Amino acid sequence: MRGRGLDKPLIAVTGILLVLGLLTLYSAGQTDFPTAVAHIWKRQLVWVGIGTVAAGLAFRFSPRMLEWVTPFAYVVAVLLLVLTLFFGVGVGTAAGTNSWLAIGGVRIGQPAEVAKFATILMLARYLGVKREPPQSLVELMPALAIVSIPFVLVGLQPDLGSAMVFLGILFAGLFWVGVKARLLVLLASPLISLLLAFSTVSWGAWIVVLTLLVLWSRPYLLEGLTVWLTNVAMGVVALELWQRLAPYQQNRVLSFLNPELDPRATGWNIIQSRVAIGSGGILGKGFTEGTQKRLAFLPEQHTDFIFSVVGEEFGFLGVLVVLSLFAGLLMVLLRIARRATDPYSSAMVIGVGGMILTHVLVNVGMTVGLMPIVGIPLPFFSYGGSFMLTCLIALGLCLRVAWESRLSGYSDVSGEWRRA
Amino acid sequence: MSWLHPYDLARRSGSVRNVTLLLFGVLALAFFRVQVVAGGRYEVQSQENRLRPAALPAPRGLVTDRNGVVLAENVPGYSVALIAPSVEIFRSTLERLVPLVPLDSQRIEQLVQRYVRAPTELVVILRDASFEVVSALEEQRPWNPGLVIQADPKRRYPFGDMLAHVVGYVGEVAENELQEGVYPGARLGTVVGRDGLEQRYDALLRGKDGQKFVEVDALGRTVRQAGEVTTLEPEPGVTIRTSIDLELQRYIQESFPEGRRGSVIAMDPRTGEVIALYSSPSFDPNPFIGGYDPEQWRALAESEDFPLFNRATQARYAPASPWKLAVAAMALERGIVEMESHMSMPCAGGMRYYNRYFRCWRSEGHGDLSLFEAIQQSCDVYFYQLGLKLGLTNMLQDAGALGFREQSGIDLPNEYRPLFPPSTEYYNERYGRSGWTNAVTLNLAIGQGENAQTLINMLRFYGMIASEDGEAPEPRLVPGDGGNSRSLGLSRSHRQELRAALLAVVDSGTAVGARIANLRIAGKTGTAQNPQGLDHGWFIAFAPVDSPTVVVGSIIEFAEHGSSVARLVTAVIAHWLLGPEAVPEGTPVPWLEIPADSAPEPVPILPDTALLNQRPGQAGTRAGTRTR
Repeated sequence: MRGRGLDKPLIAVTGILLVLGLLTLYSAGQTDFPTAVAHIWKRQLVWVGIGTVAAGLAFRFSPRMLEWVTPFAYVVAVLLLVLTLFFGVGVGTAAGTNSWLAIGGVRIGQPAEVAKFATILMLARYLGVKREPPQSLVELMPALAIVSIPFVLVGLQPDLGSAMVFLGILFAGLFWVGVKARLLVLLASPLISLLLAFSTVSWGAWIVVLTLLVLWSRPYLLEGLTVWLTNVAMGVVALELWQRLAPYQQNRVLSFLNPELDPRATGWNIIQSRVAIGSGGILGKGFTEGTQKRLAFLPEQHTDFIFSVVGEEFGFLGVLVVLSLFAGLLMVLLRIARRATDPYSSAMVIGVGGMILTHVLVNVGMTVGLMPIVGIPLPFFSYGGSFMLTCLIALGLCLRVAWESRLSGYSDVSGEWRRA
Repeated sequence: MSWLHPYDLARRSGSVRNVTLLLFGVLALAFFRVQVVAGGRYEVQSQENRLRPAALPAPRGLVTDRNGVVLAENVPGYSVALIAPSVEIFRSTLERLVPLVPLDSQRIEQLVQRYVRAPTELVVILRDASFEVVSALEEQRPWNPGLVIQADPKRRYPFGDMLAHVVGYVGEVAENELQEGVYPGARLGTVVGRDGLEQRYDALLRGKDGQKFVEVDALGRTVRQAGEVTTLEPEPGVTIRTSIDLELQRYIQESFPEGRRGSVIAMDPRTGEVIALYSSPSFDPNPFIGGYDPEQWRALAESEDFPLFNRATQARYAPASPWKLAVAAMALERGIVEMESHMSMPCAGGMRYYNRYFRCWRSEGHGDLSLFEAIQQSCDVYFYQLGLKLGLTNMLQDAGALGFREQSGIDLPNEYRPLFPPSTEYYNERYGRSGWTNAVTLNLAIGQGENAQTLINMLRFYGMIASEDGEAPEPRLVPGDGGNSRSLGLSRSHRQELRAALLAVVDSGTAVGARIANLRIAGKTGTAQNPQGLDHGWFIAFAPVDSPTVVVGSIIEFAEHGSSVARLVTAVIAHWLLGPEAVPEGTPVPWLEIPADSAPEPVPILPDTALLNQRPGQAGTRAGTRTR
């Protein structure tokens, strides 16, 4: 009965991605000098099992119930982040950041992953009750606050990559509820200022563009002034902020701009990753046969750079397949969001999509040098329990949303077509 | 729920889809650029990443004697090389290996330097590792993953010190030699010829190194010898056949007076082929191969006998009496004398030249001699006068034409250039324009004074007398390329007369004790002044006198008299021409004391204060000639 209402494309795409992810993780462990990574796929398999069960439970969770629980979940997540800030430990690939919460030396998990999901829910709840889309920056403030709290707490860990994901979630959600694009640009403007402040010329040009934009969108005077002044302030404090960054973060940014700067140290990861991907060619070197990976040239081949293994062993075709699957997953989520029966569900699914999209873009972009190296996992591929659990639970909820919309009229894609 | 209006949602969902697909498109494009467009370049980079080139040493060409007996060969050996991801690891690995591999701190520094120069190439830390060392290292491999042990043919010289100066030895090329391009085609770690034929014919012998690749991981651990990747097979070196006769060489080494310094060369005057060349003391080159013991090397290099020194080509001695033939040849060529010519002054044990007395080696005097007899008796007084008649300028000029200022051109490296004044300017510069007199001519006439010749160059001169046409090709250990020929320029009859006179030296002259029955040997003894101690003895001879096929020369340091060397030389000739039976194998040549031929007092060439205005050219013509 319920089986008929399940969103089969969502299950299929997720299933394929999970299988490919496990295979790639298995391959990532196949090095000529075996390391602990060799057996990590078994543990991931356990996590997939736990995650699937959790997704099944999530599927049983009514969106109404979820909406009610959301504020509590959000508060707990924020509290966990605060705790992590004080008691967090660094480990493994994230050794530089204190992103793990440990009790009595036992690592419980990465609260940032939970917080991402809690933020999605909280944002969805806030946006869902709104009748009209926020028309001004002031009206955007509550949404901004919801995301900013975990964003700042995660950024303080400091975990730049995860912090970026919050922004992805925020902008996806705001756009979905109909916030005007120029308002989003104004919202993002301080960040753009921050990035462009490295060159006085580019920053100056941006300020001019921004001024025109502010005049055109005609916000309230105070609002416009705030945006404008924030941008100026960002440009001024950029250098200060830059110096506040941990040296490894500075190096990551610098080697992103020029990997050859120090090819044996900070540039090593990106160079080796690109060599691995490039040497894969069109068809790849074959499953488990990637030499860059086998010979340990590829760093973090089981977490941050697992996509390089895909590129090296399955070539451009394999990359296209995996990217298409991710794109397909996002399209499915988009469809689910569009057909959702209530605003909360719709915004939540979009938030999940925004999170997955940001993860894929940043992680995959990083392996080819399109993005700076910020360690965030690739969904279903990178080794890690917390994130796997988060993703599967989120998708379980999305499945529920799809199921509910089907019950209320949509049978499936073809059904819609037939009706039209 | 106005924002959830289906129309708005469809519009925004379209935008979201487009933006998402665009972003994925950008990603795909980036991958297309890296994997498809630049894939080849990254493929190469990935190969370079993991494959470290290791030279596959080409087996060096063999060196054989004239009968094909191998004088230098390759035997299986192992070399130990190291790769490391960083200089720290390289150094610490070396230090860990010290108990197994003998490395002193100096050598470690050297290897570290070498590593820094080319960190991706293998560094050979030990050539010629013994089997024990290799198996011990193999056990250590799990802790030292950068170790590469490979088969590396090792040079061996089966006859050791018998042919050390001829064949030479090999060693790893030095860095400065690489920079100067001394060995074209050599790379770091290449084994090159270090001396002798190994060095001279290195380009032929070395062959062309092949290349294989060792696959390493990011930490520099060798994973496997990459088999599937193209391996460039080495091109073996060319085998070189020398004109050395091992039996004669062995006989010379065995007969050479024990503990004496000197050298012996046997050569075919017709072709310049060197049949034997021995320098004493010699050394065994085998321990030099593959990381020699510095102690051992120091002992050799600092030994007062200088065993590394090739006395046949690198030691210069006053040519002494054998030089008289050169003076005779110059005078005959210029028509100043004939074989029967007598000098104005008969030998009375010496002669007065201005206010200085020049002695003959025979204090009782030789009496009135013809040139023939003067050669036979090696009369100094006769040659003093002949030198004056020839004149200093002519002598300096003709000596150049006969090659006494040039290397013989033998195909051995680092031959020394003989010393002979190029012109009278030499004296002007050395002693001042008026600081010297014609007395130098008298000294030069009997092979003393400012004249220092190598044995090989003197032998080449005697080759001209011995050869059919008066020509002497460049001496060659490896027959083949001709090179420049030198010509004596004398008429055939003059040459025959000179030969007859030299025959008389052995038959009834100063070398009479060295006669060999059944053989007509022509030769010339000599005793070179040695200001440091006992005189050096010379003997150069050829046989059979009518059409010589071998010319043998020897110099023995501190032998006192050339006649004592003569016996060795004639025995060598007999061994070569008549076979080993003619000279019983193994019995040392009796060390006979025969009358010395030339031991004049060293005559100072400083000027007479009374005759400061004496000029060389004029003085020479003043001596009268009396022809009988």
